[in-house]
Amino acid sequence: MITLFGVFVSTLLVITAIGMVRSQNLFGAVMLTGLFSLQMAVIFFILDAADVALTEAAVGAGVATVLLLSALALTSDEEARRRRRRWVAMTVVSATTLMVIYATFDQPRLGDPEAPVHQHVAPWYLAETPRLIDVPNVVTAVLASFRGYDTLGELFVIFTAGIGVMFILADGREKGRLSLLPSPDAQGLRHHLVPRVVGRLLVPFIVLFGLYVQFHADFGPGGGFQAGALISAGMILYALLEGESAALRAVSFQALAGMIAGGAFLFVAVGVAGMMLGGHFLDYSVLSSDPVVGQHLGIFLVELGVGITVTGVLLTIFHALSARVQRS
Amino acid sequence: MEFLGLYNYWVFAVLLMTGLYAVMSKANLIKKLIGMSIFQSAVFLLYITMSKVEGGTAPILQPDAVDQLYSNPLPQVLILTAIVVGIATLSLGLAIVVRISEVYGTIEEDEIRELDGE
Repeated sequence: MITLFGVFVSTLLVITAIGMVRSQNLFGAVMLTGLFSLQMAVIFFILDAADVALTEAAVGAGVATVLLLSALALTSDEEARRRRRRWVAMTVVSATTLMVIYATFDQPRLGDPEAPVHQHVAPWYLAETPRLIDVPNVVTAVLASFRGYDTLGELFVIFTAGIGVMFILADGREKGRLSLLPSPDAQGLRHHLVPRVVGRLLVPFIVLFGLYVQFHADFGPGGGFQAGALISAGMILYALLEGESAALRAVSFQALAGMIAGGAFLFVAVGVAGMMLGGHFLDYSVLSSDPVVGQHLGIFLVELGVGITVTGVLLTIFHALSARVQRS
Repeated sequence: MEFLGLYNYWVFAVLLMTGLYAVMSKANLIKKLIGMSIFQSAVFLLYITMSKVEGGTAPILQPDAVDQLYSNPLPQVLILTAIVVGIATLSLGLAIVVRISEVYGTIEEDEIRELDGE
């Protein structure tokens, strides 16, 4: 039954994707991206990837849609209609699709426990996590501890993207400071009663859930990446309802810049602290006299750093785009 | 039901190529970025499909369950971070598109090329 449901949702996913590509109206296409992400999250959940589903729902359906809409407000929401020679692209794409589908016949079936991917390190992670790290959520253990280097790298990619957006969208004419601030008369949806009342009710719960996901990552699905996306989605909703200047009064632009750098710094600092105490970089076992307690402490701090940076970057990007919308 | 074991991979193939088609044939820059994120999502689907183990559950250990199978946590970790990196790169792309639109007044690739040619 669940297999059939999966097949149904993934068929819908393909239809949605084709709709996104075909739609001349970009506003419609962006709305479909939200739907696409939500369907993707359902499929991830069916495939046992609770953490990934949570991230996809928060990022794809929440933040990405808003960012795309801000970009549409700054450009145009109608795609120019023109005849182009599409048959080359069509031929390449169809031929490649058939080749990839042909190649899938050598793939192990869905859920095959003998598949090569399940033979290498994954059984070791599952078997050794209780002894070495002692947290129930193996995804968090692998993300923050076993593969801490990887996560640090990803965090710096996000950090760099945030800085890149700030540089590209900041107004160079005003010397000495980045002007990303919105005009003070930005009203948001303040004059619309129903979204304002309902939305304001939602904001604290979204942020609270984000904090829960942040601090409960050892035991259930969650972690810094998901929490960062959820908290920024909550703050973006607040900014849409009350206007960006109200949101910037709550969390100022300087605070956001500090969060971007501070979270990444916290991650590196935990790694360096391990070295200072005689271990390797990002080896949390030496942080406390009991290695398992040290691991808990390290994972907690590292996830906190990830959460802070992700929140800072996503909110900065949102404010940078929406400040442009108001000035144009 | 046996053939359904490969269905997710076929969905992956079609999504991947739908995304690539948009990137190649659409002139609108935002449409290209949307195509890029479809392409990206297809790769996410491939990884998560590989992580599934028949009869398994999400890799959150349950102390009192005996012989419980768990799905593979490793692809999940890789994709979890990749999703957030994906939104960061998408925003960077959008920022560049916004600047292009301000300078050229259009986000259609062929119109930009004509303006450049003059």
